[in-house]
Amino acid sequence: MATRVDAAAALAERSVRRRSAGFSRPPPKAVAAGAVVVALVVLLPTVYIIVRASEGGAHDFISTLADGTAVALLLRTMALAAAVTAGALVIGVPLAWLTTRTDLPGRRVFAVLTALPLVIPTYVGGYAFVAALGPRGLAQGLLAPLGVERLPEIYGFFGAWLVLTLFTYPYVLLTVRAAVRRLDPALEEAGRALGRTDGETFRRIVLPQLRPAATAGGLLVALYTIHDFGAVSLLRYDTFTRSIYVSYQGSFDRSRAAVLSLVLVALTIVVIALESRIRGRAAYFRSHASAPRQPRVRPLGRKRWPAFAACSALVSVALLLPLSVISYWMIQSARQGAGIGRTLSAALNSVEASSLGAVLAVAAAWPIAVMTVRFPGRLARATERASYTGYALPGLVVALSLVFFGIRAAPALYQTLVLLVFAYIVLFIPQAEGPLRASLLQLNPALEEASHSLGAGRYRTMGRIVLPLIRPGIAAGIALVFLTAMKELPATLLLAPTGFRTLATEVWSATSASYFDRAALPALAIVLASSIPLAVLMFRERETR
Amino acid sequence: MIRRPRTLAAAALALVSLLAACGGDDGATQAGGKITIYSGRSEELIGTLIAQFEAETGIDAEVKYGSTSEMAALILEEGTGSPADVFWAQDAGALGAVQAKGLFVELPDGILDRVPDAFRSRQGNWVGVSGRVRVIAYNPDLVQTSQLPRSVDELTGAAWKGNVGWAPSNGSFQLFVTAFCKIRGEDAARTWLQAMKTNGAKTYANNDAIVAAVAAGEIPLGLVNHYYAFEVLAENPDAKVKDHFLPGGDLGGLVNVSGVGILKTADNRDAVRRFIDYLLSPAGQAYFVSETYEYPLAGEVQPDSRLPKLADLEPPTVDLSDLGDLEGTLALLQEVGLL
Repeated sequence: MATRVDAAAALAERSVRRRSAGFSRPPPKAVAAGAVVVALVVLLPTVYIIVRASEGGAHDFISTLADGTAVALLLRTMALAAAVTAGALVIGVPLAWLTTRTDLPGRRVFAVLTALPLVIPTYVGGYAFVAALGPRGLAQGLLAPLGVERLPEIYGFFGAWLVLTLFTYPYVLLTVRAAVRRLDPALEEAGRALGRTDGETFRRIVLPQLRPAATAGGLLVALYTIHDFGAVSLLRYDTFTRSIYVSYQGSFDRSRAAVLSLVLVALTIVVIALESRIRGRAAYFRSHASAPRQPRVRPLGRKRWPAFAACSALVSVALLLPLSVISYWMIQSARQGAGIGRTLSAALNSVEASSLGAVLAVAAAWPIAVMTVRFPGRLARATERASYTGYALPGLVVALSLVFFGIRAAPALYQTLVLLVFAYIVLFIPQAEGPLRASLLQLNPALEEASHSLGAGRYRTMGRIVLPLIRPGIAAGIALVFLTAMKELPATLLLAPTGFRTLATEVWSATSASYFDRAALPALAIVLASSIPLAVLMFRERETR
Repeated sequence: MIRRPRTLAAAALALVSLLAACGGDDGATQAGGKITIYSGRSEELIGTLIAQFEAETGIDAEVKYGSTSEMAALILEEGTGSPADVFWAQDAGALGAVQAKGLFVELPDGILDRVPDAFRSRQGNWVGVSGRVRVIAYNPDLVQTSQLPRSVDELTGAAWKGNVGWAPSNGSFQLFVTAFCKIRGEDAARTWLQAMKTNGAKTYANNDAIVAAVAAGEIPLGLVNHYYAFEVLAENPDAKVKDHFLPGGDLGGLVNVSGVGILKTADNRDAVRRFIDYLLSPAGQAYFVSETYEYPLAGEVQPDSRLPKLADLEPPTVDLSDLGDLEGTLALLQEVGLL
């Protein structure tokens, strides 16, 4: 008896794994062409750095790379990226489950609050952590009566890891949560009915289904870490990106920076290859077209309050701590901060540029996601990998490459909003691709085939079947790109029309002169302006599932 | 159900037309007085001065703000297609880099003459508008005046082990190292940097972070520019930080400038010239004194009363135009393992 139940359970487990979401026919020409065009556009910065790197000649190239420091930097960068990704997965995956499927106290509030650290730029969060947890920071001041003279150093690997993990885990959380919402509860129930415990069901039935979303989120975190400058410079941990900035700062040495950037591109390709191996070729959709039943809420039992405490602790450190520091700056203000009117106009600019970037990035990501999921093959793989190259490069390098091409190829568009929005697409398209891909994987291709066989054309099928069903993925993609674009700095500084102020440039302007009090208002505005769409998104997500 | 795709299509259409509109209005050119400034100094520091200039002259000044190195990289990348008329840099090194690529015009004598030789380009391509001095910022609670070092050479001694903050990635610090190499040779500079590192000098991201750490008592001393302490004191008059100016031509007392140059792409050179005139005018110079605590370089304007007079400083003798070898400095800093 036991063996038969086990065999049936194993069958249920296998049924979530072993199916391909691909069509066997070749991709429609429009989709393939779209994917190729988008991939080529995203490769522009890589072309640029090859041009610049070759200026130095073979000798410079070799001497930059053969130098021991380049190897050390590479190892340090990889160590940080691996540690941050691991941390983000450990926080993000359980949290996605806790805030959607369990009776966690205050689940809906936590669903919003735990995603919010994403809206805090690392260059603000980094300052906040240094101000709060530095050897003689605010926390030391509070602990001084207890005889605490100085806190341990947070500079270096630990500090950079902490800050990056806390401000990037929402990439995993949001991507995985979209997948959790589309899980078919029937499989879990089958597992339980066949005698699996809750823990086993989660491990053997739920987790495998979440793997594509988790690896997609993890990839975003890894590449974000590789290209981040704010946190590593404030917390003094040397990575490739920091070294690239230093090359510009110290010597305006564009060819050394380019050689280092090429290594980053190579590293990115390795990371993506790794991710696609982990992700595998499997698909995770319901085999029947009926709507999933409302999943049952899983009671946490005795773990309910410990889970609550853990979520509260996370929100305190990742959200309340930076917000308190920003508020403290505001209260400490000796001067009048930038006027509310000025912050408001900067907020409008930010929202305009970021929302254009977000919608267009999702549109650009669409053909690539369709190729990857429905028409896997060499072309799909190539376009997908190419589309990630902009994301891992430092914003400064991408911006300079668009200056290089913009001023030559499209002088009329140079220093207009168009070029800035273009930069956001190049930089952030992978953030749109991840959720799109994950939700396409959960969509049974038979639905599309059925629609075709019933006489609906390609566009009608897309409009009436595909788009409505993957709406959570589209919304998540738009939200992710929007939130990241809101805090983007280097490309915005260089490419925005002269005089175009955004919240991020306002924060930068104030902090670069160390006027933290003046940075407080725009920094709060970034958090606020980003929270509203995030909250709306999550509210709608629940409504439309 | 069919509604949604249509809303999407309408939204897409609206986006496209919005983009087109944004792209379109760039072609409009303003009549007469309009200049475009690329500024490596932040708006918080110079925004008011720009507004004063606009009010005074009726010239419309558009400013692109960024860090000095980013703006220099941008100008180098834009080359002959640059929309910029003026580059205002935080330090002489960036000006030298743009000058080396031949992107600056030669400034007219009427401008160059107003600033002492030491604070302008020998080739006449850029001119300093405000002065900044390298100092040792210290926490008076942790260091007695009598204990203060008289030279950066003392900082490698046991007395200061683990007690000095520095920012090797900072442009002003790098200029100091370049001057070190120029005056005493690269070997001496390497020896000093290595000795400092061995002595546990603490690396910070920038001068602000160093001064904040000094004021917080995290470290007693830091190698910075002179005005950071004044900014902290303006926020909090009781802050525990003071400037120590090194005597006797010591390398640690280098005087650097923020300066401007006119780009060859400038199409309204008369208006641009009036801008530089304004920066060097008594009103412009007085602005630096009261708002950024820097040294005025032109005319009779006096520095902040808490500062020693420019003429009383004893900086090392070196020509700022000779400090263009940042690449060498960078290589040196990397070799020592500081970058």
